[in-house]
Amino acid sequence: MQAYIDQLIRDGAFAGVPKEVVYAIGMVLVAFIVLSIFVAPLAGVTSWLERRVWARMQSRVGPNRVGPQGILQWLADGIKNLLKEDLIPTAADPKLFSLAPYVVFMGFLCTFVVIPFGGSLIVADLNIGILYILAVTSLVVVGILMAGWASNNKWSLLGGMRSAAQIVSYEIPAGVSVLTIVFLAGTMSMQGIINAQGWGPWDWFLFHNPFTFATFFLYFTAALAEGNRTPFDIPEAESELVAGYVTEYSGMRFLFFFFAEWGNLYVIGAVATTLFLGGWQVPHLPIFENSPVLLGIAQFVTFFLKAYLWVFVAMWVRATLPRVRVDQLMGLCWKYMVPLSFVCLLGTIGFMFVPDDLRRIIGAVTLGFGIAITIIFFMRVRFQIRNAQPELYFKLHI
Amino acid sequence: MDEAIESQSGLNTEDMTISVGPQHPSTHGVLRFVVKTDGEVIGEAIPDVGYLHRSIEKIGEKVTYHGYVPYTDRADYLAAMFANQAFCMAAERLAGTEVTRRGEFCRVIACELNRIASHLISVGTFGQDIGAMTPFVHALRERETINNLMEEICGARLTYNYIRIGGVGYDIVPETCAKIGAFIDHFEPIVDEFNRLLSGNKIFIERLAGVAVVSREDAFSYNLVGPNLRGSGVKWDIRRDIPYSVYPELEFEVPVGNAHVGKLGDSFDRYWVRIREMQESCKILRQCLKMMPKGPAISKVPRKFRPPAGECYARVEAPRGDMGFYVVSDGSEYPYRVRIRTGSYTAMSIIDKLSKGIMLADLIALIGSLDVDAPEIDR
Repeated sequence: MQAYIDQLIRDGAFAGVPKEVVYAIGMVLVAFIVLSIFVAPLAGVTSWLERRVWARMQSRVGPNRVGPQGILQWLADGIKNLLKEDLIPTAADPKLFSLAPYVVFMGFLCTFVVIPFGGSLIVADLNIGILYILAVTSLVVVGILMAGWASNNKWSLLGGMRSAAQIVSYEIPAGVSVLTIVFLAGTMSMQGIINAQGWGPWDWFLFHNPFTFATFFLYFTAALAEGNRTPFDIPEAESELVAGYVTEYSGMRFLFFFFAEWGNLYVIGAVATTLFLGGWQVPHLPIFENSPVLLGIAQFVTFFLKAYLWVFVAMWVRATLPRVRVDQLMGLCWKYMVPLSFVCLLGTIGFMFVPDDLRRIIGAVTLGFGIAITIIFFMRVRFQIRNAQPELYFKLHI
Repeated sequence: MDEAIESQSGLNTEDMTISVGPQHPSTHGVLRFVVKTDGEVIGEAIPDVGYLHRSIEKIGEKVTYHGYVPYTDRADYLAAMFANQAFCMAAERLAGTEVTRRGEFCRVIACELNRIASHLISVGTFGQDIGAMTPFVHALRERETINNLMEEICGARLTYNYIRIGGVGYDIVPETCAKIGAFIDHFEPIVDEFNRLLSGNKIFIERLAGVAVVSREDAFSYNLVGPNLRGSGVKWDIRRDIPYSVYPELEFEVPVGNAHVGKLGDSFDRYWVRIREMQESCKILRQCLKMMPKGPAISKVPRKFRPPAGECYARVEAPRGDMGFYVVSDGSEYPYRVRIRTGSYTAMSIIDKLSKGIMLADLIALIGSLDVDAPEIDR
């Protein structure tokens, strides 16, 4: 979209208007469009979907009243929270307390500047795209720490401290994992990384070599931890810290934190898709030759589905796993994930010197290994589902 | 603490005093702990009990023996059947009342169903304390079926008032017996499913193995009972060692902690004892359904129940351990004194000792693994 505005300026569409003004207006407009058309409904629907998916896994029904299958539940929740009293505890630091949710929210929303929606659909294809994402997501920890401190509540403080330690630690394996792919792609631009891959799994960086395959799991785990998701949700561990850093928040401010959390899930999925899963790449079908709109839609759907798959996996993980303890969390990061991610980085660098033919064979083996793992995994899932009792209540038919 | 401590780095540090409870998500009711922490590490956690005191013991002196049975339900509302039974046993021993044989079997069936329900709550909420949401709902789903069965047996789902002096209030009809049998057939695979989901989970084991270890000696000196005692490897079960009702005729094992994943007597051992006790209860239920004789469910007991002067202590093996009713009679219609001994109260006392030096998250695991139950502590 930035490229489009550049084009317009070059064509003289805004003659007489300073360039900065055009960019500023464009920025506000684009932010509004992205927020209202994509991010808000996405985070909202994700919150509804998570509750439904959870409910299904837990033999419950979940929200099903507002709209068909309850899909508008998020709107009802949003309206309810907007109408709530804006409560600031007397002992809290009012300025920091009110600011904190917006800092968290900004940290998450700013990532959408560089997250691609399709081949030509991106707000701004910055040449430092992925580095920019790592940078702005760090704002989240500042916001959480602000919330924990400003609430003047002991549970909030503990939650904020936990969160700071956790996010700062897990940025290292996440950053090194990202670096691995940046080495392979030779660029930090999101579109550049996607263009370096192909539409087929054999062209994805995921199956480039065994080390990138391992890096993917490292990245996803670290991203879950950065996003405060189970099994790493210790900053808001409800059974330990009541609600962690959000203990004193209510109404819309409370909602902003969770808006960011659910939106962040998509960001995690989108970054994983960009780095490892070939992004929006679609096969070169003749149907796309003359129709850029159709191509755009196909690319958007491809990217969205790939990214959303990981949102679903995160929900699945959350419904399955218990929470780790804070020292185990740190141990996992510093003892295992940081060394492993460096090993993967060095291994991938080593693979860049391997002749291309040999590299392709190893990549094919990795692909076969990946497919085998997937098949075994789904066979286990099938086994568990067959053994489970799917009905909501055991009915006594006598 | 008030005074600031000068640390080695020259910074002023201070211990933080946190009040965990009485309204905290994982204190299972209204418990309170005054916790002094150094960051995440607990210096001490002092239990503060008394938020759910309803003077059930004192009420016992003001109502008749028959009238007191519904009050005993409330002593531990997750295992109401056992309090019913313990009080009725005490009253029967005072008066020398015989319980009919079918009544005894009805009692055992109802109690073992109740034990499964109580343990389901225990392991489910324990999972939730550790952060696993799904096992809790699955456990409650199964408990719901037991509640339905209980409703068929005695008309109530939580506070049963089923066991009466001399027998049980209502006979368990053959249709209900068949349903209980069907439920057991369904439930035993569910325990395996539960184990696949939670007990075998690596994170779950890591969180519990070797945490808050209770040695055999500590378990004795703090008077732990029930699964908490058995978790430390002591084979002591009132049903087996001080037999009552028809338990001597039934074959069942007493599961004890065996350092399944960590040290003997750690949190996981206590949890694991409960899981295996549910399976043992299923075995007991099967035998009872097979052995149940025909006959009346309750013997003739006078409406004005006046046991001769004397005193009696009756104990049963409740889900939270040894539950005892000490009843003193002065020959009148009302008990002279009722005293209830419950397992959770003593389990609370060991938390102070175990919590030194563990992390805040472990305290939650410890409370959950001891399965303390607020109504039972305060009565």
